[in-house]
Amino acid sequence: MRDKVSLSLTTILASLLAVATVQAQEGTGYTATDDEVNRIAKQLYCPVCPNTPLDVCETKACQDWRAQIRDQLTSGWTEDQIISYFVDQYGERVLAEPRRSGFTSLVWILPIIAVALGVTVAVQVVRGWRRESKAEVADEPAAELPAETVARLERELRELR
Amino acid sequence: MIADIGLIALVLGFLLSGYATAASAYGGRRGRPLYVESARNAVLGAFGMLTLAVLSLVYSLVTLDFSRAYVADVSSRAMSAFLRATALWGGQEGSILFWAWIMVGFVAVVSLRKWDRDRELMPWVIAVAMATTTFFVGLSVFVSNPFAKLWLEQGAHELTPAVFRPENAVPYIPEDGQGLNPLLRHFGMIGHPPTTYVGFTGFVIPFAFAMAALITGRSSQDNWIQTTRRWTLLAWVFLSIGLILGGRWAYDVLGWGGFWGWDPVENAMLMPWLTGTAFVHSVMIQEKRGMLKVWNMILIILTYALVIFGTFITRTGLVSSVHAFAKSALGPAFFVFIGVTFLASMGLLFRRLDTLRADHELQGLLSRESVFLLQNVLFLAITFAVFWGTVFPMISELFTGTRISVGPPYYRKVTGPLFAGLVLLMGIAPVLAWRRQSVRLLLRSLAPPLLLSLLAGGLWAFGHRQHPGSALALWLLSFAILAVLFEFGKGMQARMRSLGESAMAALSRLLARNRRRYGGYLVHLGVVMIALAFVGDAFFKQETQGPLGQGESLNLAGYSLRYEGLRQYDGSDGREVLEATTSLYKDGRLLRQLMPRQDYFVVQQQPMTVPGVYSTLGEDVYVLLVGWEEIGLQSATFKIYVNPLINWAWLGGALLVLGTVVAAWPSSGATANAGYALRTAKRAAAMGQGD
Repeated sequence: MRDKVSLSLTTILASLLAVATVQAQEGTGYTATDDEVNRIAKQLYCPVCPNTPLDVCETKACQDWRAQIRDQLTSGWTEDQIISYFVDQYGERVLAEPRRSGFTSLVWILPIIAVALGVTVAVQVVRGWRRESKAEVADEPAAELPAETVARLERELRELR
Repeated sequence: MIADIGLIALVLGFLLSGYATAASAYGGRRGRPLYVESARNAVLGAFGMLTLAVLSLVYSLVTLDFSRAYVADVSSRAMSAFLRATALWGGQEGSILFWAWIMVGFVAVVSLRKWDRDRELMPWVIAVAMATTTFFVGLSVFVSNPFAKLWLEQGAHELTPAVFRPENAVPYIPEDGQGLNPLLRHFGMIGHPPTTYVGFTGFVIPFAFAMAALITGRSSQDNWIQTTRRWTLLAWVFLSIGLILGGRWAYDVLGWGGFWGWDPVENAMLMPWLTGTAFVHSVMIQEKRGMLKVWNMILIILTYALVIFGTFITRTGLVSSVHAFAKSALGPAFFVFIGVTFLASMGLLFRRLDTLRADHELQGLLSRESVFLLQNVLFLAITFAVFWGTVFPMISELFTGTRISVGPPYYRKVTGPLFAGLVLLMGIAPVLAWRRQSVRLLLRSLAPPLLLSLLAGGLWAFGHRQHPGSALALWLLSFAILAVLFEFGKGMQARMRSLGESAMAALSRLLARNRRRYGGYLVHLGVVMIALAFVGDAFFKQETQGPLGQGESLNLAGYSLRYEGLRQYDGSDGREVLEATTSLYKDGRLLRQLMPRQDYFVVQQQPMTVPGVYSTLGEDVYVLLVGWEEIGLQSATFKIYVNPLINWAWLGGALLVLGTVVAAWPSSGATANAGYALRTAKRAAAMGQGD
C-alpha cells in the first residue's frame, strides 16, 4: 500500500516536473520528432486496446500517449525513464517484449527447455532404432502364414464378397 | 418465415448428426451393417438439412430480415448483395453454422466415396467425424443460434437475442442493421474464413481415420495414411491459403505496415498449420518405411485439438485480441470438448500402443528418417513456443495477478532460430538417402549449392555489415533454394542425356512422372520465397514519420514523398473519406501518385487506414496518412514504410498452392509408389483384408 502511495506521488511529481520543464524549454525550440516517439512507442503495447503496439494504434487514447512520450522526450527524459514510467502507470502489460525476470522469465525458459528435451528424445529414438536394427537383423517379420490359414482366409474373403 | 424454416432445418440437422454418430458407433461395435447404413443416410440427411439452414440464413441476410439478431448485426442496407451473402461468415453465429456445414459436407463426401475401400474403418470414421459435427451443430442450436430473434424486454434498455420469446418481451425489428465490420470488407477477409474452415475441417477427416484405425485395432496397417493423404494435403493447402489471405488482408487493411503481427488469432491458425505440416512430412516415413507410427498418431491428435482450439480462440475472444470480434458463452463448451476429445484419443492411443511398432529399423545415425524426425521436433518446438506465448498472459494473470503482453519481439527471438534450422534441413533432406547416408557422399552432392550459397551469403555480409544476422538468414535461404534447383537440374539433366529430351520437355515430364517429389520441391521453393519476405521484414524494414505542409517532402531510403493536397468526400457505403494526394519520387524522378486515405464508417464508428502503396519485386513503399490539421487541411502527417521483399510472400504463396496441386493431383495409377507401401498392401492382401 505504502509502495503504491509513494509510487503515485512520484509519478504525479514526475509529470508535474515534465510539464514544468516543457514550459521552461519552450524557448529552446527543440521538439522530439515523430520517429523518436515511434522508436519508443514501438516497444510498448497500447494499454487499452489488446495486442496493438502503441506506435500504430489509432485510438484517441493512444494519440495522447504518444503526445505524452513526445513531451517527455522533449523535456529530456531518457528511453528507459519513459518506459519505466509507462510500466509504473499501466503495469507490465504495456511491454511488448516480456521481461526476463521473475515469473515472466518462464515464458522464455520453457521453449528452450522444450527444444532441448525434444532434441534429446529424438536422438535417443534414433539411437534406439539403430540398436534394435543390429539386434534384430535375423528377425525380419515373418510374412509367411501357414498354408492352411491362408487358404481359409482367402475362402472367407471370397464369401465376404 | 424463411428463417423459421432454417431454424427447423438446423434442429433436424442436429438430431440427424447425433443419430448418425450413435448409429454408426453402435453398428461398428456390434458389427451391424444395417445401423451403419442408416448412419450414412443420416449423414446425407444432416448435410441436406444444414444446407437448407445455411441457404435460409443467406437468404435472410440478403433480404435483410432484421428481426433476426445475427442479420441485424452483420448485414445492412448499404451493403451490396454479395457482401450481405458473405456476412454468413462475418460473425460468430454464422461462422459456427458455416463450419458445421463444411464439416458435414466432407463427411458426406467421405461416406459416399470411400465406402468399399475401408469397410472396417468407415463406421468409426463416420462416428468420430459426426461427433465433431454434432458438437458444432449443437453449439449453433443451443449456444450461438444464428436464427435468434431480437426482443425488447419490459423495462430493459438493451435488446435480448433469443430463439423463443422471453417473458414480457415484444419483438423488435430495427430499421437498419449494423452491417459487416468495415475492416472485413476486403477480398482477403472474404476468402479467408471459408479457406480456413475448409482447412480446419479437412484435418478432421485424417483424424477420424486415425481414430477409427485405433478403435478397430487395425492401426498396425497403414491404410488410413494412404486413404487420407489427399485429404491431408487438401486441408493443409487450404489452411495455407487462409494464412496467406489473412496476411494480405492485414497488410492492406490494418494499416501497420506488416503482414504478420503474432496476434493470438493468427497464432491460433498457425499452430495447427505447424503440426499439420509436420504430419504431412512424417506420414511419408510411415508410408515408405513403416516407422514413426505412434508419432504420427500424436501429430494428428494434436492437429485436431489445435484446430478446435483455433476455432475456439477466434470465435470466443477468450484471448482478447483485435481480431476477436466475438464474445460469448461458448468458452466452457469448447473447453470441455477439447479436453474430452484430447484425453479420449490419447487414451485410445495408449491402449493400442502395441499395434504401432515400427516395421523397419535404421542403419545409420544420419539418414533421411533421422532428419525428418529432427524436422518434426523443430516444428513441434515452434508450435510449443507459439502456444506458450499465446496462453502465457492468461497463465501469468492466473498465478500472479499481473497481466503481461507477449509481443512480436518474443516470437521473433524464440522461433527465428528454429525456423532457420528448418530452412537448413529443407536444403539437406532432399539429397539424403533412406536408412543410411555417408557423410562423404552427402558433402559431395551438397557441395555445389553449399559453396554457391556461402559465396552469396559472404557477398551479402560484405555489403551489409550492419546486419550480421541477415547474412546468415540469406545464406540459409539461398542454400535451400539452390539445393532444390540443383535437384531439378540433376533430374532434368538425366532425362536430357538418356532420353534426348529438350530442357522444357524434361522439366514437364520430370514433374509429371514424380509428382509427389517435385511438387513437394515446388512447395519448398514457395516456402523459401515466403521466408524471404519475413527476412526482409525482420532486418531491412525502414520507416519514418513526419508532418508535411503542402509542397513539402519526406525522405526515406532514397525515396521522397511530396504532399500535394487533401480532400474530403463521402463514400458510397456509409464512409467518410479523407484522401491525401502525394507524389512519390526516386532520385528526382516521379514514380507514381499515391493516395493514402483515412476512412471513417459513421454508423459503426470505425476508422480504417488505407495505405497508398508503390509495389515492386524488390520492395514496397507503403504510405499511411496518420494525422491532419482539422481546419483548412493545409498540413498532414504521413508515415512511410519501406518493406523489402514483401511481394515474395504472395508469389511464394501462389507457388506453394501450385506445388501442392502438382503433388496431390490424382495419378493414372501407373506411377503408384512402389516399395514399402506396395509390400504392405501385398501382405495385407495375403492376410485377408486388403482390397
